[in-house]
Amino acid sequence: MKVKFRNLSVADKTLLLVGYVLLGLFVVAIVVPIIYIVVASFMDPVVLQNSGITFDFDKWTTTAYERVLSNAQIWVGFKNAILYSVLFTFISVFITLLAAYPMSRKDFVGRGFFNIIFVITMFFGGGLIPTYLLISNLGLLDSMWAVILPGAFSVWNMIIVRTYYQGIPDELREAAEVDGADEITYFFKILLPVCVPVITVIALWQFVGMWNSYFDAMIYLNDAAKQPLQLVLRSILIQNQPESGMISDMQSTAARAQLAELLKYATIIVSSLPLLIMYPFFQKYFDSGIMVGSVKG
Amino acid sequence: METKVKEEKSFQKTMRYVTTHWQLYVIFLLPALLLTLIFKYIPMGGILIAFQDYNPIRGLLGSRWVGFKYFERFLSSPDFMKYLVNTLKLSVYGLLWGFPVPILLALLLNRIQSTGIKQKIQTILYLPNFISVIVLCGLVRILLSVTGPINLMLDTQINFMTMPEAFRPIYIISGIWQGAGWASIMYTAALSGASKELREAAIMDGANIFQQIKVVEWPAIKDMVVIQFILQAGNIMSIGFEKAYALQTDLNLNSAEIIATYVYKKGLLDGDYSFSTAVGLFNTVINVILLVIVNKITAKMNDGKGL
Repeated sequence: MKVKFRNLSVADKTLLLVGYVLLGLFVVAIVVPIIYIVVASFMDPVVLQNSGITFDFDKWTTTAYERVLSNAQIWVGFKNAILYSVLFTFISVFITLLAAYPMSRKDFVGRGFFNIIFVITMFFGGGLIPTYLLISNLGLLDSMWAVILPGAFSVWNMIIVRTYYQGIPDELREAAEVDGADEITYFFKILLPVCVPVITVIALWQFVGMWNSYFDAMIYLNDAAKQPLQLVLRSILIQNQPESGMISDMQSTAARAQLAELLKYATIIVSSLPLLIMYPFFQKYFDSGIMVGSVKG
Repeated sequence: METKVKEEKSFQKTMRYVTTHWQLYVIFLLPALLLTLIFKYIPMGGILIAFQDYNPIRGLLGSRWVGFKYFERFLSSPDFMKYLVNTLKLSVYGLLWGFPVPILLALLLNRIQSTGIKQKIQTILYLPNFISVIVLCGLVRILLSVTGPINLMLDTQINFMTMPEAFRPIYIISGIWQGAGWASIMYTAALSGASKELREAAIMDGANIFQQIKVVEWPAIKDMVVIQFILQAGNIMSIGFEKAYALQTDLNLNSAEIIATYVYKKGLLDGDYSFSTAVGLFNTVINVILLVIVNKITAKMNDGKGL
């Protein structure tokens, strides 16, 4: 039933108007900084520093992008980020889907015991140093597996998938058993195909999570050739250390500093673009995924 | 006698189940179990170094036991107390300011009658969630820099990033900017389950918006609000490392140093393994206790339903 705005009482009208204005302000607050970065990334650094952004398109330049994109370390970062995120997503989703299956079965002997073992790790852990020492003792320092393996099994995601499996009628499995299918055939041929929504959602969560994180890479990977994008970004954006070669040809310190600032804008755009472009395509999965995620464990 | 026979039978039954369903254990469960045992349980054993003068060369077995020496050391250190307070303030303020925003967003979105406009707004609201912590902090630093747009607009030259008193507002506001839209999704989803008949009846009865929310929307999201509150309140000691570290400068540490960053600096940068592990353990234990307490309180308020 649609309610016409003009039929509302004065108090309700005021309340709704105030609410919508606040919502509008929130939207503006999200959009304006993003537009600012996009526009600024095309500007002349001297003009930008002295008078802020202008929409004088004639004076726009792509210098910053040329410098960022011609930098080798950025590409190394991209390559590593893709490699780690894809591997992590595949391994992690696969292991989670597998483990959730026996945990979803009411007849599974040991279910309660294994559940306790898994759930404890959601609340209690060894912490930074013991984990670091373990990785170091396993000889995984400077190996990508140090970033991929420790977080590859997510109990939280297992609970979500388990709940999803439990929503699938038992008759499906009984029918498969009658047809002589074993567990593995049933799992891959019958169960997984009907679980595509939940699989997509946890895969996206894992991918985005790995793509955007930097802590594990910072502590485990020192070799510059192994660093993922976020670490390269960190030195440019947070530590103010542009990659060598990006600004070294500028003569004065002032010009170098201005260019370094400009490079930050272009770096932000270049690095954020892949996920932001992907995002609208996946939005429908996220919407359905939240329903999946909201099921209580 | 009888129970023994029964036990034997149930044991045999278990064995028969395990042998006929071995695939469930070996193929399905084992990978996850191994990862958990190796990467979660072995480090739990490693916590013992908090009670040692741990020496990496001598290892866990060869290092000297010192009992609670390191706990006494940090509990009596004024620095540690400051960082503990910083951690608590950052997350408690973050929770108090940040928690209601997604709920408000969802309630407002729910009142928009045009699905087209609603979806466009949602797309924008979710967008910042896909920006990485590093990019977010880079963005904050650019916007707030001495020559940045905020200072240009205010015609001032304030260096926000070096002010300890600016750290918490920056952290919390940027957190809401990035996460509130995304966090509103689950409330929106829960609201879509609100009864349409109930709402129509309420409107027919002349209920105003507050009354409608009370009888229609609130019951639909109440459980979700409770669960989210438990989860977030229980996690106030495990506030993340990544963002705080990326917003730290040499000059704002007075409020920006939290336990997570302190553990990292003490442990991995200074190599003070035992001390750092002790601090981390203390943090985890407090966190578990908090979670239990918050869960109890919520269960009481919520007719015995906790998490």
